[in-house]
Amino acid sequence: MHGLLSMLIWLPVAAGLGVLLLGDRNIVAGRWLALAASLATLALTVPLWASFDTSSFVPQLTERLPWIPRFDAWYALGVDGISLPLIVLTAFMTVPVVIAGWTVIETRPAQYYAAFLIMEGLMIGVFSATDALLFYFFWEAMLIPMFLIIGIWGGPRRVYATFKFFLYTFLGSVFMLVALIYMYVKGGSYSIASLQMLPLTLVEQRWIFLALLLAFAVKVPMFPVHTWLPDAHVEAPTGGSVILAAIMLKMGGYGFLRFSLPIAPDASRELDLLVIALSLIAVIYIGFVALVQQDMKKLIAYSSIAHMGFVTLGAFVIYEIVRNTHSLRGAGMGLDGAMVQMISHGLISGALFLCVGVLYDRVHSRQIADYGGVVNTMPVFASFMVLFALANTGLPGTSGFVGEFLVILASFNASFWYSALAAVILVLGAAYTLWLVKRVIFGPVTSPRVAALEDLNGREYVVLSALALAVLVVGVWPAPLLKVMQPTIHHLVAQAIATKI
Amino acid sequence: MSDTLLTWSSAAAAVPEISLAVAICLVLLVDVFADERGRRLTPTLTLLALAVSAALTVRYGHVTERSTLFAGMYVADELGFVLKLAAYLLVAVALLYSRAYLENRSILRGEYYVLALTALLGIFVLVSAGSLVTVYLGVELLALSVYAMVAFDRESGISAESAMKYFVLGAIASGALLYGMSLIYGLTGTLDLAEIAARLKTPNTAGVILGLTFIVVAVAFKLGAVPFHMWLPDVYEGAPTSVTLFIGTAPKIAYFALTLRLLAEGLAGTASEWVQMLSALAVLTLVVGNVVAIVQSNLKRMLAYSTIANVGFIVLGFVAGTPDGYAAALYYTLVYVLVALGSFGVILLASRKGFEADLLDDYKGLHRRDPLLALVMMTLMFSTAGVPPFVGFWAKLRIFQALWETNHLWLVVIAAGMSVVGVYYYLRVVKLMYFDEPPPALPGTQPAAGVRLALGLNAAAVLLLGLLPGPLLDLCARLIH
Repeated sequence: MHGLLSMLIWLPVAAGLGVLLLGDRNIVAGRWLALAASLATLALTVPLWASFDTSSFVPQLTERLPWIPRFDAWYALGVDGISLPLIVLTAFMTVPVVIAGWTVIETRPAQYYAAFLIMEGLMIGVFSATDALLFYFFWEAMLIPMFLIIGIWGGPRRVYATFKFFLYTFLGSVFMLVALIYMYVKGGSYSIASLQMLPLTLVEQRWIFLALLLAFAVKVPMFPVHTWLPDAHVEAPTGGSVILAAIMLKMGGYGFLRFSLPIAPDASRELDLLVIALSLIAVIYIGFVALVQQDMKKLIAYSSIAHMGFVTLGAFVIYEIVRNTHSLRGAGMGLDGAMVQMISHGLISGALFLCVGVLYDRVHSRQIADYGGVVNTMPVFASFMVLFALANTGLPGTSGFVGEFLVILASFNASFWYSALAAVILVLGAAYTLWLVKRVIFGPVTSPRVAALEDLNGREYVVLSALALAVLVVGVWPAPLLKVMQPTIHHLVAQAIATKI
Repeated sequence: MSDTLLTWSSAAAAVPEISLAVAICLVLLVDVFADERGRRLTPTLTLLALAVSAALTVRYGHVTERSTLFAGMYVADELGFVLKLAAYLLVAVALLYSRAYLENRSILRGEYYVLALTALLGIFVLVSAGSLVTVYLGVELLALSVYAMVAFDRESGISAESAMKYFVLGAIASGALLYGMSLIYGLTGTLDLAEIAARLKTPNTAGVILGLTFIVVAVAFKLGAVPFHMWLPDVYEGAPTSVTLFIGTAPKIAYFALTLRLLAEGLAGTASEWVQMLSALAVLTLVVGNVVAIVQSNLKRMLAYSTIANVGFIVLGFVAGTPDGYAAALYYTLVYVLVALGSFGVILLASRKGFEADLLDDYKGLHRRDPLLALVMMTLMFSTAGVPPFVGFWAKLRIFQALWETNHLWLVVIAAGMSVVGVYYYLRVVKLMYFDEPPPALPGTQPAAGVRLALGLNAAAVLLLGLLPGPLLDLCARLIH
């Protein structure tokens, strides 16, 4: 189907503008329009997935229109095995966000839905752009709705959090732009494919790698540029946290796979230890930090940082794997793990934030200490929450297991110590997540507010069951996902271990 | 060199200046002889005169080939043609935005419109300058008109003070300009810019460098580059907002042309020297403009520092020293002016009689009080911050690109870092408008429907040019090459 990607991008944007035009007065119509648009976008990913040829790594369903002839920049879109799952994830996660805000958002609801829909289109644009300038265009434009979402509908320290979020990301991105322009000036094209083939000396690659690292490390976020994330998560409204955790963080990982590894393979090989070290610090140190959090959202935010450490670890252990075993398959496993971890973390962290949102809507507190014994009053909710918590600890049968297992397995080929240290997350993750569950869900009812809780309503039930289903399906049967990614991952390994010098 | 006679063809090329001069006389006469009721038509008459003059310019003054007239004093080229049309548009929109503001302060007088037109004439002369004399003529015509406009509100002490400051500092800059020009003239024996460029090819003597230094100082003053920027925040803050709007838009185009004609064309032989001078100025300008803007509590003053920061980017385009760099500077100038037009327009609409709306706190919760105005302002702020999908992003990109092409690594890094600093204070305006609650006792904004439409179109242009930047980029590149 031609123009499918364009429709995926512009349908939500157009619907967002429509909701904005309907305004707060016609919010009932606006809500239904937002829901219809997000469902329609999700429906459009079905033909996308169906028509995707899983035997090829070449971008498919390509669209190409001249955009800025002067810079040889094109409105060029396409999907491959890396971007397809992320696009589907984006479309999938926007629906619960729209539903979750249904009655909760009382101030300026039209703008709320508009911001999320426009952001959905822009995020799909990021994943489907095959022109670096177009990629950057979407990448930056996306900051505006998120800035407004945190700033308008956020908590008490929302202004501090949203400024920090915007400035951090902007700082990183500007240097990516500088690197992209450098490569354009050298190679005369912004097409990502030609950037990947551009011959660069080691010195050039090092600087480009560092510039890109800054941009993507802030987004992932990696230690030590992660400090914006807990603030942003805590202050953002539930929907904002969900999108932030489920999709926006993935853009950093996507950037590593799409830009850093293929464009600067020699620098990646040379500096892989840096990234691995930062990833392991994220896994262990941030894991300990998560343990002591008093605020549920903050805890999940730190847990996100630790889990995203697996993505960067999986992406950069490939060099040592190839050095030690000369096995491209082993290296591919690391990247497979990174990708699956991204999808799985998107589902799980999104679900956990929605769970916190469910509690927050009733009690208006995120403090762990304010809860206890929720299972007595909200048994259905408690079972969902426990499921997602277990998925977060990497329980076999849930999606969390697949990604982490693949990465640990792959890094064993690189070095025993990497996998040993990475496996600490299994202990730490279990510790902080289960302790959270114990304190919030189980035990006797601790306060009258908890005693007065009502269990999930239909809306929440639908949202959480859809997510639970997705978590289980990916956990039990990840084969289709791996199959879609396979040719692209193979190609990526070849690109990443080739030398450009 | 062409003939000195005033032929039909040379007159046709100069039709913008000629028709504008006629219009000035007409408006002035009408204003002098009309009665009180007739005078109320002056604003409309001025806009009409601008429209007719612009139409004549399009009909007769469109040149595609570069030619010199009046013994080389006047250059007619496509760049000049387009810049003049842009200046027509800017001045017309600026006057349209200002009317209610002037009326509320009882300074809606014919002189204001005449001064705006003479300033426009100065811009035209500057844009088409082919010799040092024409350059000076244009600079002074523009500057003198603007000094008077700044002092236009006689009752206001702060306006008078800033006009005085502007005038004194401007006079020093003019002195520097003249002194530099006299040195260059003495050493080359010609006033003609093309001729100067031809005679300056040998290694430059100390005298030429000295003359160049004075000229660079004057240019930096006019542009508002640090450390010659002192006048700018005071004038922006002290002048009536409608005048700030005027100063902040059309004259910027003229000063771009001044830099281009004087430095890049006339003194091209000394490029290696002025590039060094300008790069030092650009770095200072970027740092001071962005950092000082952060601590401002007055929106007009903040926008003045933002102007300074943006001037830093424009100067960087010249630092690249290539046609591509000049095209980038031109693009940046046009984009900046479009955004400045809208931002000051918002201030004008937000103000009421006895309420200037020039403090940042006056914009708290603007979104609640006037969604359209807040939306326009947000668009403009994100655009100047350089965030896509707005056009300001492409302007910055273009400058970075020109600098990379000429291997100015450190300038790219500094400019990139400073643009992040700049984001902070633009975001703060958005924060005030969207995240804060409106204070209880703020007067409402003005309902003027026509102005609102124009502002809406202004913001729409910022978005549209950001989504499809190709045509304007191509135009700028074509005008320079």
